[in-house]
This record gives sequence, structure tokens and C-alpha cells, in this order.
Amino acid sequence: MLEVDDSSSTTVDVYVNGKQVRMPKGAMLAAALLNAGAACRVSETGESRTALCGMGICFECRASVNGAPHQRTCQIVCREGMRVRTQL
Amino acid sequence: MNHAFEIVVVGAGPAGLAAATAAGFAGSRVALLDDNPHVGGQIWRSSIGESRQNRAKAFVVARFEASGASLFRGCQVVDANPAGHLSAWVEATQAWETFSFERLIIATGARERFLPFPGWTLPGVFGAGGLQALVRGGFDIRGKRIAVAGTGPLLLAVAAHLKKDGADIALVAEQAPLQRLMAFGLNLFSRPAKLFQGIRLRAELAGVPYRAGCWPVAAERERNLQAVQFSNGLHTWTEHCDLLACGFHLVPNTELAILLGCIVGDHGVQIDTNQQTSIPNLYCAGEPTGIAGVDAAMLQGEIAGLAACGLAASAARLHRKRDAHAAFGRAMDRAFALRNELRTLSEPDTIVCRCEDVRFAQLKAHATPQSGWTDAKLQTRCGMGPCQGRVCGPAVNALFGWRNTSVRSPLFPIPIVALCSAPLSTTEVEIPDVLENYL
Amino acid sequence: MEMFDVVILGAGIVGAACARECALAGLRVGIVEPAVPGGAASAAGMGHLVVIDDSPAQLALSHYSRDLWRGLSSALPSRVEYQESGTLWVAANAEEMAEVHSKRLTHSRLGIASEVLDELALREAEPNLRQGLPGALRVPNDGVIYPPAAVAYFLSSAEQHGARLIRGSAAVRAGKGEVVLADGTRLGTGRIVIATGIDVRLCPWLKVQPRKGHLVITDRYPGFAHHQIVELGYLKSTQNLAADSVAFNLQPRKTGQLLIGSSRQYGELAGKADAEILRTMLDRAVEYVPALRSLSVVRVWTGFRAATSDKLPLIGPTPDESVLVAMGFEGLGITNAFGAARLILHHLTGTHVPLDPAPFLPTRTRAIEAQYA
Repeated sequence: MLEVDDSSSTTVDVYVNGKQVRMPKGAMLAAALLNAGAACRVSETGESRTALCGMGICFECRASVNGAPHQRTCQIVCREGMRVRTQL
Repeated sequence: MNHAFEIVVVGAGPAGLAAATAAGFAGSRVALLDDNPHVGGQIWRSSIGESRQNRAKAFVVARFEASGASLFRGCQVVDANPAGHLSAWVEATQAWETFSFERLIIATGARERFLPFPGWTLPGVFGAGGLQALVRGGFDIRGKRIAVAGTGPLLLAVAAHLKKDGADIALVAEQAPLQRLMAFGLNLFSRPAKLFQGIRLRAELAGVPYRAGCWPVAAERERNLQAVQFSNGLHTWTEHCDLLACGFHLVPNTELAILLGCIVGDHGVQIDTNQQTSIPNLYCAGEPTGIAGVDAAMLQGEIAGLAACGLAASAARLHRKRDAHAAFGRAMDRAFALRNELRTLSEPDTIVCRCEDVRFAQLKAHATPQSGWTDAKLQTRCGMGPCQGRVCGPAVNALFGWRNTSVRSPLFPIPIVALCSAPLSTTEVEIPDVLENYL
Repeated sequence: MEMFDVVILGAGIVGAACARECALAGLRVGIVEPAVPGGAASAAGMGHLVVIDDSPAQLALSHYSRDLWRGLSSALPSRVEYQESGTLWVAANAEEMAEVHSKRLTHSRLGIASEVLDELALREAEPNLRQGLPGALRVPNDGVIYPPAAVAYFLSSAEQHGARLIRGSAAVRAGKGEVVLADGTRLGTGRIVIATGIDVRLCPWLKVQPRKGHLVITDRYPGFAHHQIVELGYLKSTQNLAADSVAFNLQPRKTGQLLIGSSRQYGELAGKADAEILRTMLDRAVEYVPALRSLSVVRVWTGFRAATSDKLPLIGPTPDESVLVAMGFEGLGITNAFGAARLILHHLTGTHVPLDPAPFLPTRTRAIEAQYA
């Protein structure tokens, strides 16, 4: 089942390409990438892409999360220490 | 884990919540599934740190929680068959939740329609609802200058929301001609609640230019600014902004219904007066039956929930209002119909299928009597990427009249381990860091 | 009534290849395709170009045909995605390793480049293969294409040499100098080539059975695999004419996506994917490449191969000399299309082919002889 986060902090730190990004608790990973100014992926013909639909259907917000590639970051809640690597 | 329920509702937006609530209070064993961590669907998507919740949502959610229905979050439905089985993959636990049902209510909502134009794939260009969702998810837009464009009532709601979150709205560009909007506005007089909603939105956006009859024709990125060219058919001008939020109304999420074999028409899933689809034990409520808004969704959901419990007769009192809302939905479709200019915005190298980077010229080559959508798909792989045609499908429909109706399981990508025997527990499967190196 | 020298029924990879050969040879060619060119088995398969040595005739045809593809590769447009990634025939035990060595000998006798990789070399060649595999045979000149694009290329090449593609209506009668389509169109023609895949309505006496297969394609993981990887058991699977079987087969696409197969089922005509077969197939794949587990599956689909009772295709004239067939290619339709087209041209015009056409003659099957006795 989905975890209950019972820490008292109201923020969460995630790491986008190694850079720390502080987000409010409950924020989505795609928002962290946008706040960090990072694109998510590189398209088939080399274009930089970021989230488009915000609801998990366009697959443009995919990035590698904790080592797992092609994760839809707009569907992932930020958790303390999450490592995101984009295709840059 | 396998679960047996009398009624399974897919989608916990307004329609799904209403359906599960009605069926729950009627005493049926009901499960409500959603792939998001929170209920509410898109229109009631939670904002983080939301202090004052949407009152309508709070009321509906409270009722749902009292109904006795079971909630399953984080469940992405990837396969189902009308014989009464449904499989959902839970990314968080890397496990299946399977359900057997006697009756299914499809409440899968809608998604934004995107149309291609030069530069639409640039970072800084978002959907309208898309940007709103991302802001609700924590995207900080304070002080950013945002142009909102496209079509539909969603644009006003998005602009109001973004403004409240600290953005400076450059303009709201609605492609529908003013005349059509006025006619639609007059229509609103017959629906006082909606009229009030419209007036309130306008008030919130006081000072924001709202231009009818204009649309984006190109977006360019100059350093970190967007330069968006707009046209009203007579002349073009450039708006400089940080972000462009652009969406062209909504299209129904009919994939699950198609997979199940329900008849789906041009506007959505075909249903009878009891929200029953062409397949007797399958019901559909809300946007998948035709875009008509949140009030329609809730009414349809309640009717479907009651009908699925065999209480269709007691839902008869809701029919008149439901039908009125359906008529409103059709009026919306007419008011915000896409003008022809939007079909010819693309240049030959404008990307249409974002998953596979298929360009307009490649697709146009198949828009001949000797060819068609199937040829185009095969030759270009348009629609064969991870989004399975959810983004490019409505676009090629608008551009070429093609309809993407081939739907196969899995409805969403799943890891290979999901299709193997007995997925290993998370301690055994180490997602190798080295996979990152393949990107 | 439009007149042709040859009308080809079916614009899959085989029909399209035949059309191109005939048109290049100066014949007036008509191609009849009721649905989408390259849209059936040609679209469903992996697109591999592979030398298969399960019989001398198959080895000769697949080698000849594969090398024809290699010869054309520089002329193929980029959307055909020709890649000479090579094949690795992977051994799982000592017995299979012995097979690897004997395959190497067979290949070298025919001048087919191949090399034996031992356990260490195999790990270097494909780091994602599991530990403990004794080795593999590497066939470097095998390749991969994207078949629908190849079909389109062959057809357009044929059309540039005067061929005419007639779409939208199937042939309902073919023979005695004429092809009649379902919409009433009549085409006059000297010869007819039937290349209709699993559709044997015009030649029901051909013992061709549909053989269902499953395929899975993943998201992009460039560099995850470098060769087409096939377990040696694949050959046993193709030879099993009765029971359902799976055999591990992995193919990296130029896009970085991975195609995973394979399965074979007889007597199964429903197009829907079978969860049980899929599970068996992927269990096997994950045995060979454990890291596959975490890859994202984007699509799952099925297709139907056309299988014959002796595993060789049927290429050549029927007892009615004006009607030829190019049918029954099982899992080698893409590979053998080119060679088959040359054989068909040989039968039509007497051009030389450097292999014996006899093993592929449709008249080799007794059923036909009985029919026409």
C-alpha cells in the first residue's frame, strides 16, 4: 500500500542530476525537475522535452528515478533523497 | 492480490466517486480504482499544501468515504475483459491487483487535446490543463509571465488558477470566434450556475486580455523566453512570455471501453439512458461518454452506480438534469469547434507524434485515397510509442480525419516482470543502476 | 481489361520482393493487395535477416537471400533501418555448445562467416546475458530491418519500373490467364504468383497452417544488447510441428527498443495475446537476460506465420504452370523474401539462380500430386 509519511518536515529534498532541489511535501517529481530548470528527456531525433500533459498520458516527463529509467515523473510523489537523472 | 467485488469503478474523478458512492450506499460491494495517489481525477486534482479545499470536492469525497466502498489508489488498469476480470498494475509495490466483477463502471475521464504547431514541442510549452496540474504538483510559477491559448472553458479556469498562484497572465487566446462565444454565452443564461461561474472567472481575470478568434501559430525559444506568434487570421503578432499553456479542449479517455469491446462513436462511448454501454454488464459515466463537465459527470456517475445495482428506476429522477447537461456538453463542442486554420499550422518538419518524432510531412504523404492511417502507422510508427496514440491520435484526427481505434493490452507500459510468473519481491529485484547508462 | 505479364497476389514482403524483381526484369507487373501493404505477417515479425541451418536447402536459401539483402543494404533508405548487428546463437549447456561448434563447421564449409565465443567472450559481447552460459556462435553478417518500410521500398521500386499496385479488393479467382477481384475487376495476365501469407483460399491444396507468435517491444534502452540473441532451442521450437512452444529471441532495434520473442502455437486463430504463453515466453527470456525484468513493455502483439509441414517454403509453379506460389515462409519470410523473388523470376523467365529450386517446389507435396493425379 502507499506509504504514510509521518516525518514532521514540510519539505522534501530530491536530487536532480546531482543538484539538490527542495520541494514541499507531496509535490510531484516533474515539478521538481521544472523548478530546477531541467528538461526530462531527449526525443528520438534529439529534441529536449519536458512534461506536457501533467497527468501521465504523454510520457514526455520520463526520467530515470533511483536508477529506474523511463519513469513518468508527473506521477511520482517526491520522497526524501530521491535521485533523478534526466537525459540532459 | 485478487479481489472479488460486485461492482468495480475505474477512475476516481467526479463520475467515479459519484458512481461508487451511489452503489456503496445501495449496499453493493464496490471497489473504486484510480492510478493517482489521490482521488479527484483531473478537475479536482489536489494542490499540495491546499489549505481551503474545493467545497464540492470535499462534500463528494466525504460522502464516498461514508458509502462503504473500497478505494484502491495507485492502480493502473492495463487489461480487462467483459467476462468480469480486470488487472491493474501497482507501480509502487511492483505487483498486480486483479479484480473480478459482476458489473464494471468506466469513469476514465478525459484528457487534453493537443494540436501541433511549429515549436509546440519546446520546453516551456505545456498543455493548459497540463500546466495547471504541474503547478498543483509544485511547479513554482510565481512572477512568471504566461500566455494561455487554445480553446475551451478550461482556458479561463487555468488562467484564473495560475494567476492565483502568482503568475502574470499575458493573455488568454481563444480560437473560437467571438460570435460563437457570444452565442454560447447566451446559452449560459439558461444555466444560472454556469453563468455565475463564468462571471466569477472573468472577475478573477480582470485586467487580463481575453482575445477571441486568435490562436498560436508558432513558438520559439529565445534564451529562456518563449516568443509565441499569434494570429487572428488577419495579422500576426508576437507575445513574449516565460511559458505557454496551450490546449484545445478535451477528448474522452475511451481506451478501456474500446479494449472491452464497447461501441464508441465520434463523441464518446455509446450509452443508453441508464449509462449502460453496448455490453450489458458494462457502464460508462462522465467524460468518456462525451465531454460535458463536472456536473454532468456526477449525475451520470450516480445514475450508473444505481443502475449497476439494479436500481435504475430510482435514478430516473436524475435523467432530466443529466440530459440537460449532455445538451450543454454538445453546445460546448459546437462553441469550441476547431477552426480550419488549426489544421494547417504545421510545417512539413513539425513533429506530430512526439513519442516517435514523426513529422507532419511524413504523415501527410499518407493522406491520400490510396493510403491512410494504418499505412501511416506502419510506415512511420506514429502512435506506436509509449503514449499509444493518446497525444497524436486526436491530432491526426483533427488534421487528417484518421481515427485511432486499435487498442491492445497493456493499456499503459508495465515492466517485463509484471508479465512473468510470480514477480519477485522488491528486495530480490535490484533495479540495476547500470540501466541508466543506456540512456 | 488491363493486361499484365504477371500479377502478384499479396503485397507483403514476399509479394513486394517478387514484384520488384519482375519489374526490374522488364515484366509488366500488377500487384493485388486488399488490405495494407506489409500489414500482416510482415508487420508483425521481428524483421531479422538470419542464416538458418536446420536443413541444407534452408541453409542455402537463407544464406543466398541474406546476402542479397546485404548487397542491397547501401541502397535501402534509412527508414528501412538496415543494421548488420549479427546473431548470437547462445548455448545453455555442453550439448548445445557442441551444436555451436558443429554449426561453425557447417557455416565455414559454405563460406558463411561465423566465430565461436567462449563463456568469457560471450559475457564481453553481451554483458546482460546471465552468468554460466558456456558460449555462443556469432554470425556477424546477419541483420535486422524494419519490414514495413522495406515493403514500401520494394513496391515503390517496382512502381518506378512500371508495376501497378491495385489496392482495396482481394482476388477471388486466379487462373487461366485471368485474375478476378472481389469488386469485379478483371486483370488479364500470362502468369500469376500467389504470395498471400496465411490466406490459402486460392490454393487450398497447399498444406499451409497459421502459426501464431507473440512479440513484446520495450521502451528505449540503447546499448542494452548489441546482437540479435537467439537460444539454440529456437530451432527445436520451429521444428516442433504439434505442440505450443517458446524459444528465447531478443533483438535490439536501431531505436534502442528491444523486441522479445518467440512463441509458436498451432491451431490458434484468435489474435488476442495469450497471457499464459506470454508468461512462459518472458520467463524464458528473463532466464537468459535477467536485467530484462525491469525494462518497460510498451506493446504486446501477435502475428501469424505461414507454416508448411516440412519447414521449407513453397516457391515455384503449381501443376497449372501459369500459377506459381511463394508461400509458407514460417519465421523466415523477411530473410527469404529476396531469394524467393529470384527463384520466382527464374521460374518465370529462366534467369539463373545459384541454388537448386527443387527442394522448394510446391509439387513436392503429395497432396497436390493426389489432387492433380
